Amino acid sequence: MSHVHTDEPDSPAHRGRVLERLLEEAGVVTGAELDAFLDRLPATSSPANGARIVARAWSDDEFRQRLLDDGAAAIAELGYSVGGGPAVVLRVVENTEQVHNVVVCTLCSCYPLALLGPSPSWYKSDAYRARVVRDPRGVLAEFGYFPNEHVTINVLDANAETRYLVLPRRPAGTDGLSEEGLAKLVTRRGLIGTAAV
Amino acid sequence: MDVGPVSLASVARINDLGGTEGFGPIDTSESSEPFHADWEARVYALVFALLGKGLYNIDEFRDAIERLPPARYLEASYYEKWLAAIETLVVERGVVDRDAVEEAVRA
Repeated sequence: MSHVHTDEPDSPAHRGRVLERLLEEAGVVTGAELDAFLDRLPATSSPANGARIVARAWSDDEFRQRLLDDGAAAIAELGYSVGGGPAVVLRVVENTEQVHNVVVCTLCSCYPLALLGPSPSWYKSDAYRARVVRDPRGVLAEFGYFPNEHVTINVLDANAETRYLVLPRRPAGTDGLSEEGLAKLVTRRGLIGTAAV
Repeated sequence: MDVGPVSLASVARINDLGGTEGFGPIDTSESSEPFHADWEARVYALVFALLGKGLYNIDEFRDAIERLPPARYLEASYYEKWLAAIETLVVERGVVDRDAVEEAVRA
């Protein structure tokens, strides 16, 4: 054997490399294309994008209303797109004193990648997908979040046509903050609803 | 026992996990890095590159994940499922040959 593999033949790292090479040989993709895609990824797919949208909504009530009415149109004002073509709808759901929203995709892992970055492992886990629809408070407790008893927990099951973004409640004591300052407070968990902000 | 196609069609696929029990506590840990390893990033990029070229659409991609054998679906990591799905699709589209993939993997 002239080849030295650092990975086992059946490891995904090895299989992935082989598949990429075969597709390159078939003229379907180039490694450079994939490199370029990955170089752009931190900007094109990041929770900072979702955070900026939320900060604008907290600062500009008319934008907030437009965002709740038609998510895709409102985020386009800031130069964002939810992706997936015109068939994909972005629904922005607002947390209030009475309602806390939490998002899941029970069937797979549907999620607004452009606004939240590649999804965290827990979002894709079988355990989260199975249980958050049955025992949302129990699941939120595992994330260390305990909404008041009177708060209604609204679980939204994303799918291929509808993606969700949670508009968290603006934290108290942030009146003097700029949009930039506000965006720094917004976490990915807050945008999915497994935490408050 | 022979199970006819009609009854099979009425059985939910393994990916329909909502409300099911027995998966235990959620690992809520998070990394600031989107991928655990370089190969995951390559697979991620490959999935979107092939999608962009129209080799499949997003529903066909999801379908390829969801028709993995149930045991494989449950044991494979997230991006292992993605890799298996694109292997399935590029073979089905005739872009590469299944035997050629296996041969190259063993070479």
